[in-house]
Amino acid sequence: MNIIVCIKQVPGTTQVEIDEETGVLKRDGISSKMNPYDLFAIETALKLKEQTGARVTVLTMGPSQAELIIKEAFMIGVDDGYILSDKRFAGSDVLATSYTLAGGISKIGSYDLIICGKQTTDGDTAQVGPAIAEHLNIPHVAWVSRIKEVNNQSIIVEQNMEYSFEVVRLPYPCLITIESNICTPRLPSYLNMLKTKDRPITNLSLMDLPDTSESNYGLKGSPTQVERIFKPEHNVEQVIIDCADTDGSQYAYELLKQWKFI
Amino acid sequence: MKYNKVTDRDIEFLTGICGKEHVFTGSDIHEDFTHDEMTIYGKFSPEVVVEARSTEQVSDIMKYADSHNIPVTPRGSGTGLCGNAVALYGGILLSLAKMDKILEFDNDNFTTTVEPGVLLMTLAEEAINRGMMYPPDPGEKSATIGGNVMTNAGGMRAIKYGVTRDYVLGMTAVLISGEIINIGGKVVKNSSGYSIKDLLIGSEGTLAVITQLTLKLIPLPEESLSLLIPFDNLRQCFETVPKILQSRTYPTAIEFLQLQVIEAAEEYLGLHFPDKSAEAYILLTFDANSKQELTRIYQKAADVCLECGAKDVFISDTEERQTSIWKARGAFLEAIKTSTSEMDECDVVIPRTKLSPFMDHVDELEQKENLRIQSFGHAGDGNLHIYLCKDNIEDSVWKDKCEAAMNSLYEKSKELGGQISGEHGIGHAKNKFLKNSLGETTINLMHSIKRCFDPKELLNPGKIF
Repeated sequence: MNIIVCIKQVPGTTQVEIDEETGVLKRDGISSKMNPYDLFAIETALKLKEQTGARVTVLTMGPSQAELIIKEAFMIGVDDGYILSDKRFAGSDVLATSYTLAGGISKIGSYDLIICGKQTTDGDTAQVGPAIAEHLNIPHVAWVSRIKEVNNQSIIVEQNMEYSFEVVRLPYPCLITIESNICTPRLPSYLNMLKTKDRPITNLSLMDLPDTSESNYGLKGSPTQVERIFKPEHNVEQVIIDCADTDGSQYAYELLKQWKFI
Repeated sequence: MKYNKVTDRDIEFLTGICGKEHVFTGSDIHEDFTHDEMTIYGKFSPEVVVEARSTEQVSDIMKYADSHNIPVTPRGSGTGLCGNAVALYGGILLSLAKMDKILEFDNDNFTTTVEPGVLLMTLAEEAINRGMMYPPDPGEKSATIGGNVMTNAGGMRAIKYGVTRDYVLGMTAVLISGEIINIGGKVVKNSSGYSIKDLLIGSEGTLAVITQLTLKLIPLPEESLSLLIPFDNLRQCFETVPKILQSRTYPTAIEFLQLQVIEAAEEYLGLHFPDKSAEAYILLTFDANSKQELTRIYQKAADVCLECGAKDVFISDTEERQTSIWKARGAFLEAIKTSTSEMDECDVVIPRTKLSPFMDHVDELEQKENLRIQSFGHAGDGNLHIYLCKDNIEDSVWKDKCEAAMNSLYEKSKELGGQISGEHGIGHAKNKFLKNSLGETTINLMHSIKRCFDPKELLNPGKIF
């Protein structure tokens, strides 16, 4: 069984400034890390590896510095790593990103299961995973909260539909996106770091992909136009309920109902 | 000790000073004020709880108590573990929790001036927001700074940065006579006579009441990470500690963790710890001012640990990973408390090279007394937190078992060159053990100092001695 996990390098802090003119995040000089949601995807893959002996490969798209998160994935226990790195990929939206990643997956070739985190902490769309599956024309399930069963032909997963759970059987090849907090991701191992420090990472550029038409990648292949990026206002309002003379719980209930929290 | 009971006239006076909304009597006194975190040491009702809001109010209260022979027990947020801030003899429980203002951050002198009721978590966060750090890091973040100073609290970073005492530069204190003294200040050095400041630190409210503190801060390190290091057994952990210290990597924390306590924390928090492959772990933290420097030192320490037989070295370098480890570590005390019906605690500090024989003794004691004992602590500075768990032991047997086990633990500590308390203090729970440990001459000397400050023994009576 071959598993591919898609991962992304994101800012290591929430205190990221935004370029007012271009509307782009100022990533220079700030620390970066692997998207925390992807750690749940890797953990799920490694658990399946322990269960089935699967080979786990990670794939990322980004500048050459993004190799750091592939090395980190090796330290966690991943077997192989690919990076899609090409200036022509810059400025990709959901469509172009998912198309590029789908091209990379096709280039890697043999795969049974693709696992993504449910979203990233910077883009936050939660659409790239399912969009990859659409490009590859394979079945997919998002918000997987539990792997119920795995065998040679298919995987049975539980999907969190917020108010209910749906159990789905997916034949291979297929894609799932993993809910956060369904497991505790293991930590990177220093021993693994020593063992894998010379392990090669395969670099893929636009010319390695099945479709080499520049107009389908990067800014050119991105129909989404970002007009403005801004920090949301952060308001904390406090209401103190003095229940000395009244039934505080009833009052709190009415208040929450009025605000449509319940 | 004979004290006067609090009368209606006394209440009237206190109300006149502080306002009736800050004076509580009878059934208006919340049950929390009768004990600290360790209810095993009993519940003691104060006759009146007074919330002071200024140095002047404290002065007036003290002067009145002195002239009317009423005991005064100062209290912060009541998170002590030895019955330090309970009103053993009734009288006035003087709460300083409302004196909770941070008065100043001085970016040039690297100091902050605070009232004693400021919570440790508040001070730590406010300092970080200004690019500075208050290094003492006791586990109980909802403790007040005043309480920390009164017990000379230590915490996780003691190995590199020292304890609370090392960060107190100056203070305003009120004597039992009501006189207000200002000691020290924003000075780095001070050789001006006896250090009254250092006498008051760790005095558990038995000498004076502190109403303002000037604390030292340091520039906030740019980078930090933790290493979680699994070992086959605790002995290997302890044997590795001196090697880490000799490696010149200067960890800020060296903690030891045992699998059974980790599992208790998991159950308490409903979370999973990121690794459970070993019986025992060392948890190291490093800080530095660049990623390169941090990488260099943590890798050096990791190599030392592997040479000492570590099964692996796990790296915790992001907020999420740090939370997955430190949230569990921070919940150990509450987790153990929740896992049993009642518990007693021992906070010994011993030379770090003696940790192994001491923990062997704990294991033997567990067998001998047929008592569940849980432990965690600061391997880097030899400060252990050992908890005797009552579980299903019958009340009639439990006290005797505790007594025997505690005596045995403190005897062993003394034999190995240790002290009764590393950071929690003495209160009224450990005073007899202190007497055995220090001997009559030292205790008498301490008592002389006490009487010099407080001749009628009105301040927090029954504590330490």
